[in-house]
Amino acid sequence: MYKNHSEKVQKIISGILDLKEHTKDLLSSIEKNSDLNAFNSISKDVVEKAASVAEKIKSGKHGKLAGMTVAVKDVISVKNEPLTCSSEILKNFKPLYDATVVEKLLEEDAIIIGKTNCDEFAMGSSNENSAFGPVLNPVNKNRVPGGSSGGSAVAVAAGLCDASLGTDTGGSIRQPAAFVGIYGLKPTYGLVSRFGLTAYASSFDSIGPFANNLDDLSAILEVISGEDKKDSTSSGKKFTRESLENLDASKLKIGYPKEFFGKGIQSEVKENFLKVIQKLKSAGIEISEVSLPHNEYSIAAYYILTTAEASSNLARYDGVRYGVRDLNSTELKEMYEQTRSIGFGKEVKRRIMLGTYVLSSGYYDAYYKKAQKVRRLIKNDFDNVFDNFDLILSPTTPTTAFKLGEKTNDPLQMYLADVYTTSANLAGIPGLNIPIGFDNDNLPIGMQLMSNQFCEDKIISFAKILENEMNLS
Amino acid sequence: MSVTRNEIEYIAELARLKFSDDELESLTLDMNRILDYMDKLNELDTENVEPLSHPLELENVFREDKIGKSISAEDALKNSFSRSDKYFTVPKVIKVNSK
Repeated sequence: MYKNHSEKVQKIISGILDLKEHTKDLLSSIEKNSDLNAFNSISKDVVEKAASVAEKIKSGKHGKLAGMTVAVKDVISVKNEPLTCSSEILKNFKPLYDATVVEKLLEEDAIIIGKTNCDEFAMGSSNENSAFGPVLNPVNKNRVPGGSSGGSAVAVAAGLCDASLGTDTGGSIRQPAAFVGIYGLKPTYGLVSRFGLTAYASSFDSIGPFANNLDDLSAILEVISGEDKKDSTSSGKKFTRESLENLDASKLKIGYPKEFFGKGIQSEVKENFLKVIQKLKSAGIEISEVSLPHNEYSIAAYYILTTAEASSNLARYDGVRYGVRDLNSTELKEMYEQTRSIGFGKEVKRRIMLGTYVLSSGYYDAYYKKAQKVRRLIKNDFDNVFDNFDLILSPTTPTTAFKLGEKTNDPLQMYLADVYTTSANLAGIPGLNIPIGFDNDNLPIGMQLMSNQFCEDKIISFAKILENEMNLS
Repeated sequence: MSVTRNEIEYIAELARLKFSDDELESLTLDMNRILDYMDKLNELDTENVEPLSHPLELENVFREDKIGKSISAEDALKNSFSRSDKYFTVPKVIKVNSK
């Protein structure tokens, strides 16, 4: 129908595409695909909003994202729309304000179509931890879509919206993007404001876009990035599409980490990845092996630090000011315990317990402080590579989408699914999933492109070479 | 390092969570497996490594202490389960022994 957003706008202007009718069709498409369970809620007045944006487009005075239908992960605040975090404990909650990213999308005339399903409080790698049921992978409905931003990835992959926002704390954008075969970017920590994002692990969480193509992805990133006075960890830096024009991506130096091809990697993932390396070499790109010696410690450090931050962040859900409350309790402490025990799902409780344990007296140094030290070692690994290289290329995930239920009884196996993605969050650097092919079961394979902090321009320009010239998928 | 069921019960109390016997049983198993895996970090000598608490080198953000726009008490109370006038209400904190 259209290959990217600019073409959509052109078609609206020339009258080939009626935005209001098109948006109506999308809503019925969401309805028809309700078995995918990608959405938790649909925004009020979507069709009216489409009609008014269509008017704006015709008048020639419209924002950069005018008419783009965007789905938002249900951990991000959209004023007066439910914000459930896919949890029982918040199932009746309606926020009083828009997240900064949502405000920015609306200022540019994007249409927020609805809130997408995810793992509860963004904790999970398969989207099976949602209080509202799992999301199915549209490529193969017996497979998970990845997580935690599974709904956002599926909404785009199944054509239920143009683009979406997800969040990535340890791979929650890149891994589902890989599992459904689309682009998904985790930006540098601090490039995009977290104001209005429900905190899971505050020093790791990043909001980023999912899209079918790089033009839409960079258009969204340009809009949502930049300083925000309401987020004290906002860096003040901004991504602009202009920065892409002055960059000769073919001159960038690429490294691929030798540690990423050990046991646990599916043979087809490895083969497809090495094929891309070969293609790049024959195209004259400078590419060689690099080392990230501490990557094998990233999962352990990641789950210590993020559960610690989560146990603190989730202390606020106590039934007093918002969310559900256990009304049978007659004492305050009992009310807290009952509310939290009924309201939180199994994985969330497990992580609160782990986090409370590693922060508790007697274990703080052995676990928490130790993990913070390892976090520095992991960041140093990246700094060393980026002294000599512009980009790091790796598989996004060790395997393609696994089966529903395959890892639900084994939390440690589920954690290990994040083996290539958590290190970027530990170091605060960006990572983009690029679809590169399919395995023997026709499941998508993804490749990850990482750069030093705030070098999204390098990632996107290099990905454009792959998109335009390499005929990957 | 291994964590006992008693410790798990203590941690649960700190976290204001309650578990059934069965849940405590499987949680103890899960947490021991996960913590055993995390002990992998002890392979590394980190004696002279500074802990990293945040990925960005940030400075404190200060602002003038001026009254700005705020949400109304009515709005702030909108999402609460139980309120009275302008306050959130909770079950009694002080126990009264009745005979």
